[in-house]
Parts: sequence; structure tokens; C-alpha cells
Amino acid sequence: MAEAKPTAGARPSMAPKPMSPHLSIFRPYVNMVLSIMHRITGVVNYWGSLLLTAWLISAAMGEQPFNAVSAFIGSPLGLIILVGFTWSVMHHMLGGIRHFIWDTGHGFSLPTVRALSWATLFGSVTLTGMIWFAALSLWGNR
Amino acid sequence: MPKTYRTDLKKVRGLGSAMGGPGTDHFWMQRLTAVSNIFAAGFLVYAGLMLVGASRTGVQLFFSNPLHAVLGLLLIISVTFHMKLGMQVIAEEYAPHWLKVPCLFLNSFWTFSVAVACTLAIIKLYLGM
Repeated sequence: MAEAKPTAGARPSMAPKPMSPHLSIFRPYVNMVLSIMHRITGVVNYWGSLLLTAWLISAAMGEQPFNAVSAFIGSPLGLIILVGFTWSVMHHMLGGIRHFIWDTGHGFSLPTVRALSWATLFGSVTLTGMIWFAALSLWGNR
Repeated sequence: MPKTYRTDLKKVRGLGSAMGGPGTDHFWMQRLTAVSNIFAAGFLVYAGLMLVGASRTGVQLFFSNPLHAVLGLLLIISVTFHMKLGMQVIAEEYAPHWLKVPCLFLNSFWTFSVAVACTLAIIKLYLGM
């Protein structure tokens, strides 16, 4: 063992080792990506609630502000934001339910972790699709 | 040397998050509001579908139903509190040291302002004003 003991700077050809596991050195796993997305969708929901707030307050204020906010929400940009917000809320909700399952101490086997993560992703897209299918059919009928 | 005979263990006993301190409170309230947010999301989707393309009168009519008004108010309380708790963690973990306290203050001010403004709006709509 005596001759193999590494010292600082003894092997300059080696790149510095990372001090701790870090995002940039892992091949992305679905559960890892979803963990990051849970936080990002949380932030999106935080600011997306601004749309709901603006809509509510404008409705309370009067006809003109309400029509202005409604027109923005009904515009292409407004609809894109609202669809994104819907998906973000659904994704964060399903992610939260996944974390609840983990909070009980269950579902930690790797196949289950992966299955739950993919279910969150597909579930959020499906729910968003269902909600918007219903919304657009209702819109067409009014 | 500090002039005390108290051991380190004695000093920290009773201060942990397990003793009803801020640690468990934050964790607990985040879970509590997460559950109520599931119901809130259900109401939000319901309200959204009911009010697609609605006029202001339609919105007033919707909130004149006390059940809708109560569920709307509960949604606001649950959602803004959950927002406050979530953004607090993000500020604590990512904000640079000198910005941490301002971020925490602004987060509380902002989320509570949203809560009060939306509450007032729903009450006004409930009253048909």
C-alpha cells in the first residue's frame, strides 16, 4: 500500500474529480427529470396563478377590465399560456400524489419508481387533453 | 473557552424539528395544503369549464351560488398558502445570501396580497356587485 498512496497533484493527467454527485454528471433518469420538473412546474404555477388573479379581480372591477382580460385569455397567446398552465397544474398535482405515495414509505423499488414517474407524465398530458377537449367543445357550443 | 458547563447535547435538546418547531410545521402544512389543493384543482377545472366564454354577468351568477363562493375562497386560501411554502423553500435554497431575507419577505407579502385581493374579488362577485 505504501507506494500507491495518492497525494494532491501527484497525478496531474487526471481531471479533478467532482466533490459530490451533481446534475451534470448523471445520465438523466425519468424520476430525476420529473423531480426537477416538479419544482419547475411549482414555480410556473406560482406565476401562472397571476392569470387567475387578474381574471378574478377584473371580474370584480367591472365590465371593461373583465372584457380586456377575457380577450387576452381568448387570444392565441392567452390560450397557449392557459394550456401550459393547465398542464403545469396537472403535472404538479400528479407529482404531488406520487410524493404522497413515497411519503408513506411505499413504492421505492426501481421499477415502481419508474412506472410512477412515467404515469405522472402520461397522466398530466392525458388530463390536460381531456380538460381542453371539454373546454373547446363547450366553447364551440356557446 | 466558553464559560459554561452545559454540554452541547443539553443546549440543542428541545430545539429540533421533531419538537414541534418550524421544521415539522412547514412539512405538515405543505402536505395539508397539497391535499386540499387536489380538491381545489377539481373545483378550478369545474369552474373553468362552467365559465368558458362567460360574460361578467355569468361570472357573477356563478359566484352568487354560496357553494361556489365558499369553494372559491377555500381554493384561494389553500393555493396561496401552498405557494408561499413552496417558494419559501426555493428562496432558501437558491437565493444568494444577501437576497435571501428580501426574497422571503417579498414571497410572504406577494402571496398574502394575492390571497386578500382574490378573496375580496370573490366576496364582491358573491354579493352581485
